[in-house]
Amino acid sequence: MTLVPMSRLLLAAAGLACLLLCAAAVPSHAQETPPLPHQEWSFDGVFGTYDKAALQRGFQVYKQICSACHPVKHLYFRDLEALGYTPDQVKAIAVSYQVTDGPNDQGQMYQRPGRPSDPIPGPFPNDEAARAANGGALPPDLSMIVKARDGGPDYVYALMNGFKNPPPAGFSLAPGKYYNEYFPGHQISMPPPLSDGAVTFADGTKSTVPQMAHDVATFLNWASEPNLDTRHRVGARVFLFLIVGVGIFYAAKRKIWSSAH
Amino acid sequence: MADDRPGAGTRIIRWIDYRLPFIAMAEHELYEYPTPRNLSYWWNFGSLAGIMLVVMIVTGIFLAMQYTPSALLAFDSVERIMRDVNYGWLIRYAHANGASMFFAIVYIHIFRGLYYGSYKAPRELLWILGVIILILMIATAFMGYVLPWGQMSYWAATVITSLFSAIPLIGNGIVTFLWGGFNVGDPTLHRFYALHYLLPFVILFVVLLHLIALHRFGSNNPLGIDLKGPQDSLPFHPYYTVKDLFGLCVFLLIYAFFIFYAPNFLGNPDNYIPANPMQTPNHIVPEWYLLPYYAILRSITFSVFGIPAKLLGVIFSFGSLFLLLILPWLDTSPVRSSRFRPIYKWLFWLLVIDVFALGWVGFNPPQGIVVTVGQIATLYFYVHFLILLPVIGKIERPRPLPTSIAAAVLGGGARLTSAPAPMGKP
Amino acid sequence: MADLAHENISHALSADTRRDFLILTAGALGAVALGATVWPFVDTMNPARDTLAASTTEVDLGPVAAGQRLTVAWRGKPVFIDHRTPAEINTARGVDLAQLRDPQADAERVKKAEWLVVVGVCTHLGCIPLGQKTGDDRGLYGGWFCPCHGSMYDRSGRIRQGPAPLNLAVPPYDFTGNITIKIG
Repeated sequence: MTLVPMSRLLLAAAGLACLLLCAAAVPSHAQETPPLPHQEWSFDGVFGTYDKAALQRGFQVYKQICSACHPVKHLYFRDLEALGYTPDQVKAIAVSYQVTDGPNDQGQMYQRPGRPSDPIPGPFPNDEAARAANGGALPPDLSMIVKARDGGPDYVYALMNGFKNPPPAGFSLAPGKYYNEYFPGHQISMPPPLSDGAVTFADGTKSTVPQMAHDVATFLNWASEPNLDTRHRVGARVFLFLIVGVGIFYAAKRKIWSSAH
Repeated sequence: MADDRPGAGTRIIRWIDYRLPFIAMAEHELYEYPTPRNLSYWWNFGSLAGIMLVVMIVTGIFLAMQYTPSALLAFDSVERIMRDVNYGWLIRYAHANGASMFFAIVYIHIFRGLYYGSYKAPRELLWILGVIILILMIATAFMGYVLPWGQMSYWAATVITSLFSAIPLIGNGIVTFLWGGFNVGDPTLHRFYALHYLLPFVILFVVLLHLIALHRFGSNNPLGIDLKGPQDSLPFHPYYTVKDLFGLCVFLLIYAFFIFYAPNFLGNPDNYIPANPMQTPNHIVPEWYLLPYYAILRSITFSVFGIPAKLLGVIFSFGSLFLLLILPWLDTSPVRSSRFRPIYKWLFWLLVIDVFALGWVGFNPPQGIVVTVGQIATLYFYVHFLILLPVIGKIERPRPLPTSIAAAVLGGGARLTSAPAPMGKP
Repeated sequence: MADLAHENISHALSADTRRDFLILTAGALGAVALGATVWPFVDTMNPARDTLAASTTEVDLGPVAAGQRLTVAWRGKPVFIDHRTPAEINTARGVDLAQLRDPQADAERVKKAEWLVVVGVCTHLGCIPLGQKTGDDRGLYGGWFCPCHGSMYDRSGRIRQGPAPLNLAVPPYDFTGNITIKIG
């Protein structure tokens, strides 16, 4: 293997320096909001997995607070088994919802109790109804929200904790809006959804706003990426196999090429 | 005596091979095909590119079994693949990240060619076929990105197809024709799907031509000098098969890292928002591998001789690929490899920095210093190919070339000639 | 002599056998890698989770009075549910099995005698037999009549006349309550 010539290294270093300087000089639009503080997530990192207890608490927060305005159209009741619920518990959750079905033989749409194979119904039949009920603002679907925002779960957590009332001095807040530190533009149509003790967790955990925010962000990360556990597990096996392969083929290469030099 | 005739399997193979000599061909290309003995790891990227093409086709076909190319259903069908189809998440992430890997490999492969003069005679057509593959890849990737029908899918399609309106007189008609309507919509999605499925097979055909052209004169090598005899070469198998397999495993580790641990790092979160024709994202950004062309497009902010800036941007952006096509005739140097070209070597690295700078420009909103850097970088790109290459080739005094590859690689201090050795006949 | 032979053998074991061993190991690893890569692609073609979720149907039999029939969808096919009266059950059970093309006792085809559950797809070429709606032609055996080629089924869904080779299929089902069943 030949050494990398000095000239090449110098040029590369100079280039990198130029780029970094330029990067520092440009005010990017993301700096409207402060940098997102990074949270600890059980699913972070190469060996991360979902904490099922947190998922269940997060689902409880979603169900009792967020679902009043936000749908999760890509989630089905049967998906909730991944949270650690038994099929019977899942069926009980499904049955507690009324789902629109039809048309029946008379041509009418009708309501019936949910089944595990149904998608979790949202609070509004369509976007227009959602806007009408929320002063023109459309509460976004949450089943993809973590993947649809820069910062993912950190963003959701920061947003939940980022409301400031009253807003900072000198900031003029439009009527019907609320000040949020981390929402681009700082004016969000959603009132602060969480308050201490708003939910009584089934497992007895104290429901502070940071706790609820952390759990609901975990749940929403799962909603966006339900296969993360499998992905990490399969990935570990693939990596192990490839590392062995790299070793074997490197040795083979050296052996075969030893006769060429 | 035991039966000495070959077994039934071998007889069948021989029967076929006599009539369709695929074994004979494979033997020639693998065992007899002379490959320079001094190829470095920069020569691994061709086989990697071929493998990635196959990977993209196979993952694409299995995705196509589950995907619905309708504006109403496309986004949801992709989510169904991610959530409900067995291993759907794996195939989808492999396909999306595979596109990035494919472009990274091809860009490195191209820069290898630029550094070592692989585009010079007699390999001009080999190079041109390669640039055609790149152009087809860009078209395929652009259309493929529209298929998930996210916000970025929709708005990238709108911005890039709208560019054609810059063509005088017939521009708007062309855009309506491309769209199949008055905005990007269901007809557009359907035709992009059909073409996205088709083009990779066109690429496959051009790759075949690319390989035939390659095997006509064989690979270039880091010294840029021709093979003088059998002592300069090695049989492709087992030397380069094992080296390619090793390189493949290393590459697969990087690929696997993205698929399993950072599958959305190279992508844009806005594409997980369903397409909304009534709302443009704050920041329309193409995928990283298209950023330099996007930067050039936006850099032309002024009209010249009555030609509107928008049209000029299109011309210069597509022109960057055209420059690559005519490169063999722009570079006047009699010497191939930059190892022996002391001035051109610096220019090469300047070009690398220039391309990275263009990428940075394409990524950021076009304000302030970003625009200036973009204009300087675009200018340098054109100056590099149109002015510097022809001029430097003439005035540069190349270093003396070694007499042969074997002498340079195997012997101690090889005897060097003072004049550069002549290259293969055109 | 023995020493030389021993030396030769151990030397042979070193070079050729080692190379064969390496090739075998490499081949085995390659086969594992190939299998592990091919399987996910093949598995994407198996029924997806949403298809599997739709593979069972629960039916409330309460609204179906004696003598009435109900059609439900299951896995994309119709399922005929017949609430049979005692007279109809007797007729079904009175048939001589030797006369049947596909001999099967009625008791084997039902879990509760008054509820007949069969897949409503003719076993000839797949048409949907008539007989579920009032006024439909039920054929000569009180069961179902397939208009495509004239197959006739009896009150137990067994083939009695016409080109169909087999009785109407009985899907897997269980009573989850007194008058509720889960099909599939």
